[in-house]
Amino acid sequence: MSKDQVRVVVTGLGATTPLGGDVASTWSALLAGRSGVRTITEDWADSVPVKFAAFAAVDPTEVLPRPEARRLDRAEQLALVAAREAWADAGIEKVDAERLGVVVGSGIGGITTILAAYDTFKEKGWQRLSPFTVPMLMPNGPAGWIGIEVGARAGVHATVSACATGAESIGYAIEMIRSGRADVVVAGGTEAAIHPLNIGSFAAMRAMSTRNDDPQGASRPWDRGRDGFVLGEGAGIVVLESEEHARARGAKVYAVAAGVGYSADAHHIAQPEPTGAGVMLAMRRVLEDSGLTGQDVKHVNAHATSTPAGDVVETVAINQVIGGHPLVTGTKSMTGHLLGGAGGIESVFTVLALHERIAPGTINVDDLDDGIEVDLVLGAPRKLPDGQIAAINNSFGFGGHDVAVAFTSL
Amino acid sequence: MAMTEQEILAGIGKIINEITGIPAAEVTPEKNFVDDLDIDSLSMVEIAVAAQDEFGVEIPDDQLKHLKTVKDVINFIQG
Repeated sequence: MSKDQVRVVVTGLGATTPLGGDVASTWSALLAGRSGVRTITEDWADSVPVKFAAFAAVDPTEVLPRPEARRLDRAEQLALVAAREAWADAGIEKVDAERLGVVVGSGIGGITTILAAYDTFKEKGWQRLSPFTVPMLMPNGPAGWIGIEVGARAGVHATVSACATGAESIGYAIEMIRSGRADVVVAGGTEAAIHPLNIGSFAAMRAMSTRNDDPQGASRPWDRGRDGFVLGEGAGIVVLESEEHARARGAKVYAVAAGVGYSADAHHIAQPEPTGAGVMLAMRRVLEDSGLTGQDVKHVNAHATSTPAGDVVETVAINQVIGGHPLVTGTKSMTGHLLGGAGGIESVFTVLALHERIAPGTINVDDLDDGIEVDLVLGAPRKLPDGQIAAINNSFGFGGHDVAVAFTSL
Repeated sequence: MAMTEQEILAGIGKIINEITGIPAAEVTPEKNFVDDLDIDSLSMVEIAVAAQDEFGVEIPDDQLKHLKTVKDVINFIQG
């Protein structure tokens, strides 16, 4: 299961999600099969056809000091909360700043800042704009703030690949350590895009569920009645470290970040390629990059967004490249779709699944669609086998981005 | 009716607390923004923007750079 290169391990986890304000509360809610989706009570709900979303369970402004929160876009707030948890969890007391990096991205960036600032601009003029408007709206803002927080000088990067962003960030971080540029990298994704313009725009694509009479049943990957994704917000961050660096300081290690596979559909700007060719290529490449065979992989956290187009073809691709044996789960059924944050939180879930030897379930699947020949975890979580095993997190994004990240148990 | 120095000071203290987290009680007239309160230039812009809302007085950039202490701001607002 190994290739002749620097091994990268996961030593810290952080998350703030629709299920909880930290990793522990999120993970226990996930295993309990709870939904993080709620009805939108804000008055703008009348202006959009979708009346529900998966809001962060703990508002970041309740956690962050007010002077700090007011300078940060909500995506930056969520990212900082998750990064602080991950950094504290890793317990790194001393690291060479020039060997410490950050790779954290967002699908959309500071869009609520842009929209609110434009209102201020139109109503009151440029003089009333916050001097922090630009650092709040720029999509590299979350990475920049985290870099300042931890003192990272090896490089601070922000990937942007829509809903594949979080996974791509973690892949980039693995490669940053392997290439010798850094010993420690803080990586993941964040998103805060619950705003009527975004909901209206996704609804204009007919991409969102409109199951307004049953918000908590709306995200239902692989169910025949699925009608679109449910917008969520939050952030998931991991601390990655060269194994040598982690061992030298006696760090707690959750799993090995074994490798990454990238590909692109080159097909359509928003629709998945119908044969799953791009998805298969990303998964073949992650196996190759990680030195794994399909048999090693016992669990897949699928992208599975609950859209009619994508869910089934992903399982076809998994079956073809890895086999029908891994336990495949769709955690977006509970968290909703965090866009750029999805690959971040789902990597946290994949790592925890290996560490705790349990695959979270998928809720809301009442009537399984046709053509699915993999072992889906429906309803309750299922135990993963003992021994050395691998798990993969798939994330795909508008633009045709396909990313698969592999983790292995110790 | 013009505001008293105490009223303006209280308003400035509230603004600075909101923006920087410094307790309003520490915002006294003799304090220098940079040396005593560790307020950077972007925060000064935030304070100026908030002061416009609070006191209805516009502080142009060429004036802002001359406002070194809390007392300078009070004097500017009192005109």
